[in-house]
Amino acid sequence: MTGIEVAFVLLGAVALAAGALAVTTPRVVHAALWLAVALAAVAGCFLVLSAELLVWIQVLIYVGAVVVLVLFALMLTRAPSGPMPPTPRRRLVAAGCVAAATAVVLLITTLATLGGERIDLEAAPFGTAGEVGAALFTGWVLPFEALSVLLLAALIGAIVLTRGRGRSEQRDQEGSR
Amino acid sequence: MSLAYPLIISALLFSIGVFGVLARRNIVLVLVSVELMLNAANINLVAFDAWWADTLHGGQVLTLFVITIAAAEIGIGLAIVLLVFRVRGSSDLDDLGILDERTDVPAEAP
Repeated sequence: MTGIEVAFVLLGAVALAAGALAVTTPRVVHAALWLAVALAAVAGCFLVLSAELLVWIQVLIYVGAVVVLVLFALMLTRAPSGPMPPTPRRRLVAAGCVAAATAVVLLITTLATLGGERIDLEAAPFGTAGEVGAALFTGWVLPFEALSVLLLAALIGAIVLTRGRGRSEQRDQEGSR
Repeated sequence: MSLAYPLIISALLFSIGVFGVLARRNIVLVLVSVELMLNAANINLVAFDAWWADTLHGGQVLTLFVITIAAAEIGIGLAIVLLVFRVRGSSDLDDLGILDERTDVPAEAP
């Protein structure tokens, strides 16, 4: 086991532990904060796998934007800051069984087919902004542009969903008064 | 580096996400679990990119796209959650049985 493998496994262990805490902790705000830890550890995994640009994007979009958005959503839905009532045992067992089955299937299929392969990190082109940007704007222009339209649609959709309805509701209330 | 490590970590992270989606009752926390599953897929994509030593960087570009779509998904998802909370006064999945055909679901929120 080389040093780089040790670093990757440690980061992966942090991601797994934080992920497990994010889905099991009874306090909702803690779940969002553990998600931030898990996503940051995944960013570290990206760095070990020589994807430099993705590390920054992961930290900016996921750890920055998505976690803040989740925290805001928890705040706006008046999530209790204390512990939530415990999940019914039946549901926990069922979810655990399905998750374990998923893990077994994924591990068997991926490890049986590709488990023996090795990544040559020396030969892998380092994913700097220049390298990925060149690939993005030579071979991936069309999906990139399509995605920008998708983001715009999502932006407008989110605004319409949250604002338009509120205003019409207000109008209804004023009309009924 | 052996390709097995990213594969194992990704498979386990994905299963953790599956568990969260099935076990959590708060809608926002279900979305959090979905993000974990997407990140598990991203680890695989980046690992295969490095394994293949791809000069076109298919894996990393695809990861970029997944992150973008996840950002759009969580934006729309949380907008819907806020709307549901405003209309129904609850962010608990068990309360949202209005489209359920069964008749034994708990009474609707006022």
